[in-house]
Amino acid sequence: MKDKIIKITSRYQNDRHRLMDILIDIHDLQGYVSDTDIEVLAQQLGMSEVEINETVTFYHFFSKKPRGKYNIFLNNSITAFMRGREKVKKTLEEECGTKIGSVSPDGLFGLYSTSCMGMNDQGPSAIINDKVFTNLTPYRVRKLIADLKSGKTLDEAIYESTGDGNNSDPDVRSMVFNNIRKRMILLERNYKKFEVIRNLLIKHSPDEIVGIVEESNLRGRGGAGFPTGLKWRFGRRVEADHRVIICNADEGEPGTFKDRVLLTEFPDLVFEGMVIAAYATSADIGLVYLRYEYRYLYKYLNRILDEMRKQNLLGENIAGVKHFNFDIRIQLGAGAYVCGEESALIESLEGKRGEPRDKPPFPVQNGYLGYPTIVNNVETLAAAVRIVKNGADWFKGFGTTDSLGTKLLSVSGDCKFPGIYEVEWGTSIREVMEMSGADDVQAIQVGGPSGVMISVKDIDSLGTTDLMKWYKPSGMMVAQKTFDRRLSYSDLPTGGSIMIFNSQRDLLNEVVMNFMDFFIEESCGSCSTCRNLPFLMKKKLEKIVSGHGVRKDIDDLLNWGRIIKVSRCGLGQTAANPVVSSILNFRYLYEQHVKAMADFDNVFDMEKSVEAANNFVGRKTILHHV
Amino acid sequence: MEKKIIATTSLAGCFGCHMSFLDIDERILDLIELVEFNKSPIDDIKNFTKQVDIGLIEGGCCNSENIELLKLFRENCNILVSFGECAIMGGLPALRNGIPIEECLQEAYIDGPTVGENKQKILPNNEELPMLLDKVYPCHEIVKIDYFLPGCPPRAELIWNALVALVTGKEMELPYEVVKFD
Amino acid sequence: MSTTIRFKIDGKEIIAEKGQTIVEAAKANGVYIPTLCNFEGLPPKGCCRMCTVKLNKRYMTACTTPAADGMEVESDTPEINDFRKGIIELLFVSGNHFCPACEKSGNCELQALAYRFKMMVPRFPFLFPQKGLDASSPKLIKEQNRCIMCKRCIKAIKDDEGRSYFAYQYRGNKLEVILDKKLGKEISDALARKAMDTCPVGSIIYKELGYYQPIGKRKYDKEPIGSDIEVQQ
Ligand SMILES: Cc1cc2nc3c(=O)[nH]c(=O)nc-3n(C[C@H](O)[C@H](O)[C@H](O)COP(=O)(O)O)c2cc1C
Ligand code: SF4
Ligand code: SF4
Ligand code: FES
Ligand code: FES
Repeated sequence: MKDKIIKITSRYQNDRHRLMDILIDIHDLQGYVSDTDIEVLAQQLGMSEVEINETVTFYHFFSKKPRGKYNIFLNNSITAFMRGREKVKKTLEEECGTKIGSVSPDGLFGLYSTSCMGMNDQGPSAIINDKVFTNLTPYRVRKLIADLKSGKTLDEAIYESTGDGNNSDPDVRSMVFNNIRKRMILLERNYKKFEVIRNLLIKHSPDEIVGIVEESNLRGRGGAGFPTGLKWRFGRRVEADHRVIICNADEGEPGTFKDRVLLTEFPDLVFEGMVIAAYATSADIGLVYLRYEYRYLYKYLNRILDEMRKQNLLGENIAGVKHFNFDIRIQLGAGAYVCGEESALIESLEGKRGEPRDKPPFPVQNGYLGYPTIVNNVETLAAAVRIVKNGADWFKGFGTTDSLGTKLLSVSGDCKFPGIYEVEWGTSIREVMEMSGADDVQAIQVGGPSGVMISVKDIDSLGTTDLMKWYKPSGMMVAQKTFDRRLSYSDLPTGGSIMIFNSQRDLLNEVVMNFMDFFIEESCGSCSTCRNLPFLMKKKLEKIVSGHGVRKDIDDLLNWGRIIKVSRCGLGQTAANPVVSSILNFRYLYEQHVKAMADFDNVFDMEKSVEAANNFVGRKTILHHV
Repeated sequence: MEKKIIATTSLAGCFGCHMSFLDIDERILDLIELVEFNKSPIDDIKNFTKQVDIGLIEGGCCNSENIELLKLFRENCNILVSFGECAIMGGLPALRNGIPIEECLQEAYIDGPTVGENKQKILPNNEELPMLLDKVYPCHEIVKIDYFLPGCPPRAELIWNALVALVTGKEMELPYEVVKFD
Repeated sequence: MSTTIRFKIDGKEIIAEKGQTIVEAAKANGVYIPTLCNFEGLPPKGCCRMCTVKLNKRYMTACTTPAADGMEVESDTPEINDFRKGIIELLFVSGNHFCPACEKSGNCELQALAYRFKMMVPRFPFLFPQKGLDASSPKLIKEQNRCIMCKRCIKAIKDDEGRSYFAYQYRGNKLEVILDKKLGKEISDALARKAMDTCPVGSIIYKELGYYQPIGKRKYDKEPIGSDIEVQQ
């Protein structure tokens, strides 16, 4: 193994910044990385072993223990549970002969849980050796596992049929479906590939391109909504030898999958956006940070990049523009939601654990390897192409005054037609419900667990929607508003995740608990607050749900939810949102559980707590009551 | 002024906190003017004879008897005070909290180097004995506790200041040197 | 060009040098902003969030944020102090801090902050997590029960080639800080002592050294943490 590792590291010039690639290559080879491998790596890269170990143990898809021949990562997002995940899990465990979190005795199967993998509209889904399996049912699981046991390859086993559109491309061949339900200016089919690079760049100076994007008022589609033109201008302004454009394709917010669809159907559009951004900011380094869950697109995306290189749309003097040199490399993540945060993403790109940086300095000042770095979401880059092509005025014809253009919504949960909806900004939540065929709605989660939860109380008789914005990372709380809130940066900003819950759903026990598990699992752990509070809050919530809560527990949760807002990055700052917002909007659910009269209950159960010792010494439990 | 009634007890503690209480020295005479002791090792009254104003609890809960006694105190005292680290967070007895109880028993009665003769490998299981809990619990995780006096033991000054405040109803003085965790 | 900047902390005028962080500037002006993961001479990394202040309605860590002209910083307010106390409490319940038996007691910054903020009992339940102890180095004990993941040792203790002796392991609430087995075996006496002194709590213990100062003579027995900064004025 030692020689093989040395071969791998030399493929990357023993560059420690490529540690992610090196570790992925080692996993491809033997499925895990052992302590002796780490020893070799440390020597080759000039690092200490604990430093290598730090990266290895951070990412969910890396392992220090041998895994199975087939490793099944079953998705655990809330909508998967709503579509029968428990049964699927049970069947998997039975058929594979092992429990989630372990490897079967014959070494054939490793079973694991994994956070939302961008397939909420077709869950429960699983990743098996980098391939995606969607719409799992106990029947399909039984068949699949039987096939694998009988020696069929994954490719033979799965593909009853491949998905729509480019999901059937020979380099993709996945069973994933795009489920595009509504197309507007971004998803419309009339896209002529690379027109802007070929024809327009030569006509405009970089400054003019930045100007067009600024004029259009395009704002980041990754969730934070930072004005894109301004970000580009910042990046341009900083003196540096190199500048970096990063396409953020980490898409980790539970419930979003629109970047996956864009990358499947319009990869050229996204890459063209990167080239335009590079031209506008004089950047020469391009990186796509692709979440590991989307590895099934890796080969296909690289093929497009190769085609672009052949056509001189990447490389040197691109499209005949003198001194415009730029190329793109795709970097795979390895399973960590926080790596979607731009500075954590940069750390990860540098081969380190995905721990967000303190800001300031911002990535535009000091990013990848210290160079000014512009991080943009997949959708933002795609929109930029349309804007440069058609002009800012055209773009301004869509949306509302403060939120121009359209937004891709990833709709999932209790509705008839989950999938991708491209809507104009300003569309109301009610319209989204109607479009997606959601008749029975108790609550809607806008923007994923860290976003906004909306309650729809008795919508027919009241005729009003009871909406309240979760407080934003800045600590601002917006007063309750009524009826038909609209998706916009000033009212209901969103990265596009819309999850719908019908009246049968147990919001506290199922939904909020699931979201808290997500934050507990995904925190980088660096902040004292974010490392500890989600866990403590979940424990408190369990106490309440189990009937042992008192009024003070609700107040405690609100107080704790304020403390966590001092965390470093958006993950920690919003990690209490599921609890806090459900208290604000669904207080009656909490009131139902807590004891109205008691002011103290700490769940202590004498019988349970003496059980272990009594069993060990061999005596009966006899309780004397005082 | 009517005298306040005080009760004290030691659960899973070492009596260090009680010793520290006695460290208020001659002020104990002033205290006697202000309070009357009920159930407490200080006067050796074994059972509550009336409702008590202030109960002082030393030690956390490591067995069923501790729990019962603590609940008894909660019922009979208007105000309950955890005094000492053991009562507040388990203290040294809680060092076992990270270790499964089976291992603790095995080590204490069978494998440990200080066990001596235990050829029959007897584990204490007489019905008369209190039952061991899975871990040592801070008192406020069992019953409602009103005030906390940290320290191992709490400084005599702290105990004195707290009692004076409770008895007179005045704000408690908390100079820097009196609040310590060791 | 003038390199002097002026700004305010809780209304008090602060004069600072350009490039100083808010914590540094405050200190130079006799204002104490509580810190824990910050360590003079090491690059700041906002891990503990103790130094949180409010700036333009946003919470910022004063140890990482450069001071700038005209800033209005809120620090010593009931809101912020409640957060700070909450953070101290979090660190107590998420580890196993048996102060009475700890070598660092009296010299521990976490404990000292708890004294300063008059923590009588944490508002959170004690978690009593199962954590171990690594005594494999001949010089050091790494006591995981007490580690608060402040990252100071990771940043401070490196060999000649810049390799860290300590590093994080895992993530989220499973996070821990471990000592490199190989480097730990050969660590020099001086570096081992430096490691112990860098650690704000009793998580890095130099072997065979402990309880060497009598109670009453330790760093925080008599004066609260930060009082050295506050008296400077
Ligand atoms: C915890 C966390 C996760 C994030 N995940 C993503 C993500 O998956 N994709 C994304 O584009 N932005 C994500 N962001 C936002 C990025 O930090 C950044 O703002 C964005 O990529 C900028 O691109 P934009 O301006 O085009 O939106 C995340 C932020 C946080 C705090
Ligand atoms: S808020 Fe959470 S995820 Fe973000 S840096 Fe802090 S610990 Fe890491
Ligand atoms: S060992 Fe000490 S210095 Fe290192 S992270 Fe833990 S508490 Fe900080
Ligand atoms: S008995 Fe008093 S502190 Fe332990
Ligand atoms: S001292 Fe600033 S975050 Fe720790």
